[in-house]
Amino acid sequence: MNTVTTTAAGPQNSALYAARVGKYARRKRVNAIALTLSLAAMAFGLVWLVWILVETVRLGLGGLTLSLFTEMTPPPQAETGGLANAIFGSVTMVTLATLLGTPIGILAGIYLAEYGQKTWLGSVTRFINDILLAAPSIVIGLFIYSVVVARMKSFSGWAGVLALALIVIPVVIRTTENMLALIPNALREAAYALGTPKWKVIMTVTLKSARAGVLTGILLALARIAGETAPLLFTALSNQFWTSDLASPMASLPVTIFKFAMSPYENWQKLAWAGVFLITIGVLVLNILARTFLRNRH
Amino acid sequence: MDKKLDLPVTEKPKLSVRDLNFYYGSFQALKNINLDIPENKVTAFIGPSGCGKSTLLRTFNRMFELYPEQRAEGQIMLDGENILTSKEDVSLIRAKVGMVFQKPTPFPMSIYDNIAFGVKLFETLPRIEMDERVEWALKKAALWNEVKDKLNQSGSGLSGGQQQRLCIARGIAIKPEVLLLDEPCSALDPISTGKIEELIHELKSDYTVVIVTHNMQQAARSSDYTAYMYLGDLIEFGPTSDVFMKPKKKDTEDYITGRFG
Repeated sequence: MNTVTTTAAGPQNSALYAARVGKYARRKRVNAIALTLSLAAMAFGLVWLVWILVETVRLGLGGLTLSLFTEMTPPPQAETGGLANAIFGSVTMVTLATLLGTPIGILAGIYLAEYGQKTWLGSVTRFINDILLAAPSIVIGLFIYSVVVARMKSFSGWAGVLALALIVIPVVIRTTENMLALIPNALREAAYALGTPKWKVIMTVTLKSARAGVLTGILLALARIAGETAPLLFTALSNQFWTSDLASPMASLPVTIFKFAMSPYENWQKLAWAGVFLITIGVLVLNILARTFLRNRH
Repeated sequence: MDKKLDLPVTEKPKLSVRDLNFYYGSFQALKNINLDIPENKVTAFIGPSGCGKSTLLRTFNRMFELYPEQRAEGQIMLDGENILTSKEDVSLIRAKVGMVFQKPTPFPMSIYDNIAFGVKLFETLPRIEMDERVEWALKKAALWNEVKDKLNQSGSGLSGGQQQRLCIARGIAIKPEVLLLDEPCSALDPISTGKIEELIHELKSDYTVVIVTHNMQQAARSSDYTAYMYLGDLIEFGPTSDVFMKPKKKDTEDYITGRFG
């Protein structure tokens, strides 16, 4: 072992100290500038978000009455009317699309992360999924229009559900794969070391460890399709009346907002804002839920 | 298979390794290893990082098979059967050859379920017997007194040392014959390490224990036999006291005395 020689304190050391203080002061200045810039960036983002929320509340709160949830979408210039059929249509189609898309997405995500990680099929699937993930929703709407609506010769709730499910699937695949990839191999090995079969390792150990992340992905997908207009325009279309028959055209909040907001009629515009308010609150709640799940992952 | 080895072990071997070569892709990590691991003894593998001691350990329960680019050639006889070519399901081999890893890996479930998980894979026990088994395993791993009032709490809420003892309890709960320990104390403080070393000492009456360690004192303290490995070769193998007190090879002596490694 080498003996460490310590230098005695002297003029050399005080020069070093001064240099250190100078360097540290510069670091502090740089830090202050960086902090100011990032705070400004955050404020910029927040301003628009708060503005959107304030406008939505200001214009939407007025239309928020009980009749909004009990009455059907009215004809132009009517005295009363609500969004009951649109709310019901949205909730139904979004729920069914999630129920349809989630299992497919989770299973495909499991395949990509646990079975096909380095295989040819896995890479191709991952590539196609990335394209699907980035596909504009109007393309998906038109696709379902051409393969379902045009052939069945009718707009329908089912077509809307299919279009929304096609948006859910790639989001869930991506989050499931990413969340499973975060699980350390050590945990998988520990499960295999007990003699656990592969499917059981995935179901009881890996997927369970990743459940908060997977659930977050599902909630974010839900939040995304709750506000989608384009895929519903060519599939579920809209319906002025109440229907629970998914084989017929179905109203939804986004399409109704689209139709009403562009109209010159004041009662329709007011309802559009109320609808905007409902969707915004809904999406906000879903996002907050997703964040809470992610935080309480243990 | 009855090839005579010039090995110092006179005890009955539990695992016999013959002409074992191991490859990571095209890289050869183990070179012609021949070794007998005696039954109901503690055998330690020591050597510098990358010498192949963990690799050797991971062939004993075919853990390497999870990675397609890794392969082993040769024989590893467990009670007279070559586990590398055995037709037996790999899960059943792993039930006989348990393993505890470097980092504690509690499963995302309660302390109780962490132990019961492995047992349920191979046995269907009534609740009372399962309770007894869980208690037995936790007592064996010297953890029972610390967790008996919180069996329903999550396993990840325990301290690092407790988690590692939980993993050992989980490993012995399925009653394996061999227990492989891959640097089980490297992430632990000295007190937890001491507890686990005591535990290893007690475990050898029922199990054949193989431990990989970076800590020479640990090998000297807790093992009956020691194997020194370097760059994929088995350099020296013998009773721990011989390997440490009067090593036959200069390489071993240099490593043990700290001149190298």
